[in-house]
Amino acid sequence: MTDTIDPNAAAEPLEVSDTPENALSWFRTPYDAADYGPVTDWATDIDHADPAYNPNAPEVWKELRDSGCPVAHTDRYGGMWAPITHEAVNDVAYDTENFTSRSVVVTHLRPGDAAMPAPIGVVPPISSDPPFHGMARRLLLPPFAPKQIEPWEAEVQILCRRLLDEMGEITAGESVVDAAVQYAQHIPVDVIGRMLGFPTEDQELFREFVHNTMETINADPESRRENFEKLEAYLEAQVQDHLDNPRDDLTSYLMNVEMGGEKLSDEHVRGSMVLLLIAGIDTTWSAIGSSLWHLAQTPADLERLESDPEVMTFAIEEFLRAYAPVTMARMVAKDVDFHGCPMKKDDWVLLPFPAANRDPRMFEDADKFIIDRESNRHAAFGLGIHRCLGSNLARLELRVAIEEFIARFPKFELAGDVTWSAGQIRGPRVMPIRILETN
Amino acid sequence: MRVHLDAEKCQGHNRCYALAPELFDVDDYGQAVLIGDGDVSADLEDKARLAASNCPEYAITITDS
Repeated sequence: MTDTIDPNAAAEPLEVSDTPENALSWFRTPYDAADYGPVTDWATDIDHADPAYNPNAPEVWKELRDSGCPVAHTDRYGGMWAPITHEAVNDVAYDTENFTSRSVVVTHLRPGDAAMPAPIGVVPPISSDPPFHGMARRLLLPPFAPKQIEPWEAEVQILCRRLLDEMGEITAGESVVDAAVQYAQHIPVDVIGRMLGFPTEDQELFREFVHNTMETINADPESRRENFEKLEAYLEAQVQDHLDNPRDDLTSYLMNVEMGGEKLSDEHVRGSMVLLLIAGIDTTWSAIGSSLWHLAQTPADLERLESDPEVMTFAIEEFLRAYAPVTMARMVAKDVDFHGCPMKKDDWVLLPFPAANRDPRMFEDADKFIIDRESNRHAAFGLGIHRCLGSNLARLELRVAIEEFIARFPKFELAGDVTWSAGQIRGPRVMPIRILETN
Repeated sequence: MRVHLDAEKCQGHNRCYALAPELFDVDDYGQAVLIGDGDVSADLEDKARLAASNCPEYAITITDS
């Protein structure tokens, strides 16, 4: 027996380490739940997963802007910056040299050297940088282009009407429904599940995957990993099912499409499946919920939509601006001085497009909802090369969901406390609505 | 009035196609395409302005002639 070490043998990568070397994921500072308590100063210790952040986000952004803080910071998550102004958010979004998309969900773990590196990343193309990004994205643009999405309108309509029917007997002035739980949360799950060709009875499971990915970033690393393994196992079963029963859907498309003359790697196929399943669900669900939340408290806007249906074109964009659900994230690719902030390689950078949308230097009366706002260059779907792939589908679902809800219930109001999501996707998760008039 | 589209800047938000379908189409990738040579008839000038002022990427510009 000898102790000879074969220099060519690759060491088994570590699941989690305190350095990026040979690790799937790594932590800069060891996880300690005590570090993630309530925020007392948003400028120096911002935490978007603090339960107080999403319900009060517009006030937090205003406070930061008014105090002259264009970029907030925290030591949480091993170090994270949060640009707040439109200008700062814009500058990060367009700078793919200094800011990598390798991971777009902030957690206390960072992708290590053994995980899929830039420019591909774990869930392409959202996790990809140029030049790979452009190629991977081009494959997915056609199925989500406007003319491919438009035919879904009738399907979304049928779905919304069914959900409204399932609310049962409604007595005007008395009945209370939960517009988040009974309505908004079901709409995007149904559509993307069908587009991917997954069993429709698994919708509850999809919401669980989304919750585990997006809303539990302060959970301990162990349980996050277990959750992700469950998602991976589910997708593996779906791939196998598509091999056994080939059919015309997005999963088969990913398994068969070619890039540069070759089929996609297994990692690429599964990564894109994760992206398509996760990205379209709580985002659109949040936009629908926030829009109904606004209408429940603003009878004048509700009446305007009913008396002047043509205003919907502008109203949808104003809902998206004022209540943009999606905050993205980047990692610092190399040390850089950004707006006076000494950013270090591997720092997280939160990319709160919803905050940019409320910047008064970009939008007149930015904190005011103007239902027929004519000029509206909002950033709800991002800016630059990562524009939301599903934006056409999201807009369609949002518009039809509102149209159908107000057609059935022309008058409604909030009927109790609203519970907001936690983390990068902002929207109501529990929202009791009292129906005041029904058709 | 003339409308100009910078295809390099366009990221496929499709705002122009929604607001001014007489002036903008989209290709199979969801990227904006100018219909015709960009010459805007008088009755479409408002729509051209709307398309320009709603493009998040500033890909659309307008000139007088």
